[in-house]
Amino acid sequence: MSGILIIDLVLLALVLITAVATVESRNLFAAAVISSIYSLLMACFWTSMDAVDVAYTEAAVGAGISTILLIGTLVLTGTRETVRRIVHWPALLLCMAVGGVLIYGTLDMPAFGDPHAPAHEHPLYAGYTKQDIRKAPGSKGAEAYEASLTAARDGEHEAHGEDTEHSEHGEHNGNAHQDYFHGHVPNQVTSIIVAYRGFDTMFETCVIFCAGVGMIVLLRGRRGNPMKGGLL
Amino acid sequence: MKDNVLMRVAARWNMPFLIIFALYTQTHGELGPGGGFQAGVMIAAAFIVYGMVFGAADMQRIVPRWLTDILAALGVLIYAGTGIYCLTQGYAFLDYTAIIPSNPGGAEPWGMVSVEWGVGITVASVMMTIFNEITEGTLPGQEHESHDTEMVGKA
Repeated sequence: MSGILIIDLVLLALVLITAVATVESRNLFAAAVISSIYSLLMACFWTSMDAVDVAYTEAAVGAGISTILLIGTLVLTGTRETVRRIVHWPALLLCMAVGGVLIYGTLDMPAFGDPHAPAHEHPLYAGYTKQDIRKAPGSKGAEAYEASLTAARDGEHEAHGEDTEHSEHGEHNGNAHQDYFHGHVPNQVTSIIVAYRGFDTMFETCVIFCAGVGMIVLLRGRRGNPMKGGLL
Repeated sequence: MKDNVLMRVAARWNMPFLIIFALYTQTHGELGPGGGFQAGVMIAAAFIVYGMVFGAADMQRIVPRWLTDILAALGVLIYAGTGIYCLTQGYAFLDYTAIIPSNPGGAEPWGMVSVEWGVGITVASVMMTIFNEITEGTLPGQEHESHDTEMVGKA
């Protein structure tokens, strides 16, 4: 049994315990704090799976701002749960059925870190790991990129003289842009999020903006003075 | 919570570290883990913790509501503006080559940094807006009006 597996099992056991504790806790303040611990444990788990960016987001959003907003909400609601809970059997069965379907779905997933997973054998993946800039063919950006590659290759030829045997395999394309992150930035996640699919991220930002506008329109000035301290 | 020494000291001493770390995350988003979203959330968390301890009125003295309103829109504008700048230069939308056409590989990080700042500004302001609006009239430092408790009960 490898060390990483032991760490993962311990973390996941703690995640399970905190999840049950969050649901079972009658004290809402304690539940908010325990759910923060849950996020922190999940962040540790993501880190052990090498998903550092996900862990970072989980720690900042799940353990950070969500807990703060939950505790801010407790000022409104009070910290004791008043409704007596009973087990709602149809809901429980539905949850277990959906959970079972999800677990059944994961059986088809490739094993963690499997080098022969379909995502790793797709032709685009080979290009992406070399961090080649993928521009729309024939666009002005693609032309500029090709021109810069040619210029860099010429420079390499002058520097190395007769050493041309690698250039046919495209290795110079990679080396030429080493000083400039091979055309992409070192953090591949950021590279994907804001360059490869920058359009998606723009609309995600718009969604967050819309959430803010919704809060302003619905809640601002609801206690009397509509202009109290606000622009809108 | 203002009278609690522990909370006061914790809020006051955590704030500079949170903000510095958030700025590090913001400016190193393209080099290491993190980016605009995480940085914005952290900056907002720093101010919101301050607001929870010292009262929302104190927090709004530092970051007034009109400022968060403007910044939320400004962030989206920076993001979309970067894309539109690329369009005006004859490139595709958000094709960062437009920033330094002679060196597309060098232009890419600059485009990402600009876009990440847009995301960070929007996220930070919207998180502070959410906090301001949810807790309006309920935290120390904000005046309670007589009909407040009724409205809270109905909501």
